[in-house]
Amino acid sequence: MLSSVLVANRGEIARRVIRGCRALGVRSIAVYSEADDGWPHVRDADEAVLIGPAPARDSYLSVERILAAARETGAQGVHPGYGFLSENWRFAKACEEAGLVFIGPPWRVIQQMGDKVEARRRMQAAGVPVVPGSEGALDSLEAAAALAGRIGYPVMLKAAAGGGGIGMVRVPDAAALPAAWASAERRSQAAFGSGALFVERYLAEARHVEVQVFGDARGEVVHLHERECSIQRRHQKLIEESPAPALEEGVKEKLVAAAVAGARAVGYVNAGTMEFIVRGSELYFLEMNTRLQVEHPVTEEVTGLDLVQAQLRVASGEPLPWRQDEIVQRGAAIECRIYAEDPARNFMPSPGTISRLTVPEGPGVRLEIGVAEGVQVSVHYDPLLAKLVTRGATRDEAIARMLGALDGFVVEGIRTVIPFHRRVLASAAFRAGRVHTQMVEQGAFNA
Amino acid sequence: MPEDVKAHITGVVFQITCKAGDKVAAGDPVIVLESMKMEIPVEATRAGVVREIKVAEGQTVQEGDTVVIID
Repeated sequence: MLSSVLVANRGEIARRVIRGCRALGVRSIAVYSEADDGWPHVRDADEAVLIGPAPARDSYLSVERILAAARETGAQGVHPGYGFLSENWRFAKACEEAGLVFIGPPWRVIQQMGDKVEARRRMQAAGVPVVPGSEGALDSLEAAAALAGRIGYPVMLKAAAGGGGIGMVRVPDAAALPAAWASAERRSQAAFGSGALFVERYLAEARHVEVQVFGDARGEVVHLHERECSIQRRHQKLIEESPAPALEEGVKEKLVAAAVAGARAVGYVNAGTMEFIVRGSELYFLEMNTRLQVEHPVTEEVTGLDLVQAQLRVASGEPLPWRQDEIVQRGAAIECRIYAEDPARNFMPSPGTISRLTVPEGPGVRLEIGVAEGVQVSVHYDPLLAKLVTRGATRDEAIARMLGALDGFVVEGIRTVIPFHRRVLASAAFRAGRVHTQMVEQGAFNA
Repeated sequence: MPEDVKAHITGVVFQITCKAGDKVAAGDPVIVLESMKMEIPVEATRAGVVREIKVAEGQTVQEGDTVVIID
């Protein structure tokens, strides 16, 4: 087992990783910016190193400063959490070159799966269904028009070098293609320095369902079942749950088989997530997240397994701690992400000082929280304050416990999305499992 | 009458998209704020000419602070 791990992150996920380290007797080292002095993740760790001023590029995104902190403290491993440097293959490679164990997949896998066109090609070769579209980047508007005519409108133009929804343009019909092509090319060029585009069929009102996978250095790959993540705003998740409710028959089996086949094909090691778009009985690979996912606790609650401890074990060279037949989904779990955003103002950020904080507890309630009363929630970082997770013998019980827990969660001084979560959980559509990724923007849960 | 354009959220000035003397229409973005990884434009509240820019790129502004004055 690694003797010490530097946690290159902040807030709730840093605390979660530190807790995993502690359970295995691993010394934990936090890093922090000037804005986070005295925050819970800094106090939790066995040791903490100030790495720079508040802006992320000078602290949590600085490869140089994080590696220097690892050297100073004699860390053996680095856990990147999610966001920040977690999917930056150059960081993973720099860790390896500095003699540190990067707790995640090999850097080459991060690099391959980070390139959208390459990831699509590799998945297709492994027999994983991908959204109908171009094989690679298209060289002209004429080529795009021919292909779009064949796969059928509406289509989506995407930047080959891109990600995070940037440079993505939806095209309703053939008449709109020339203008959309010009706009997507311009935006992609500006954002990524490359105007290369590819075309995919656009699937309206589809669901986002993903599969947790885990691999080890011997080439073993298992899945830990699925998560439903369709309740989103700005292409970012707000609510996740496992199992995915109301899937058509056979879809779950196809999802986990595709996820394991895809992860095996790229030589995946450690925790990862295969994301899919699902509509009816159709399912398509969307992308792979080559890191621990924000919503991993949902999977932990239904399987009873600890993903962070397993990450530390596998990174230390141990085999996977479980066989596939030992990984059983029991009951149901739901996660509500508690963001510092104002749902009444289209999810505008709401930074400021938390003047009062009361947190829920009770049977089946789990809270992963990064903040404390009195802290200043900074403009410099992601608005995620906490993740509230409830578990039940049934989905209804998990929902009932979530509604009770949301009532017991009081945050004053800033706005949060708690009132929005109450409306979603009380809605007939959510209760029936009739969800898709455009519901929030369509106003399905407006007050 | 000059009019103060105020920040509607707290954030860091990411980009200034106008300069003194520019003609702007109501709804035109005059600066872009960055807050919690989101880029949020602050728009001109009415048509006019930019008289003065009160902020610099990289500066933190509070909700309600004047960022630009329009004549």
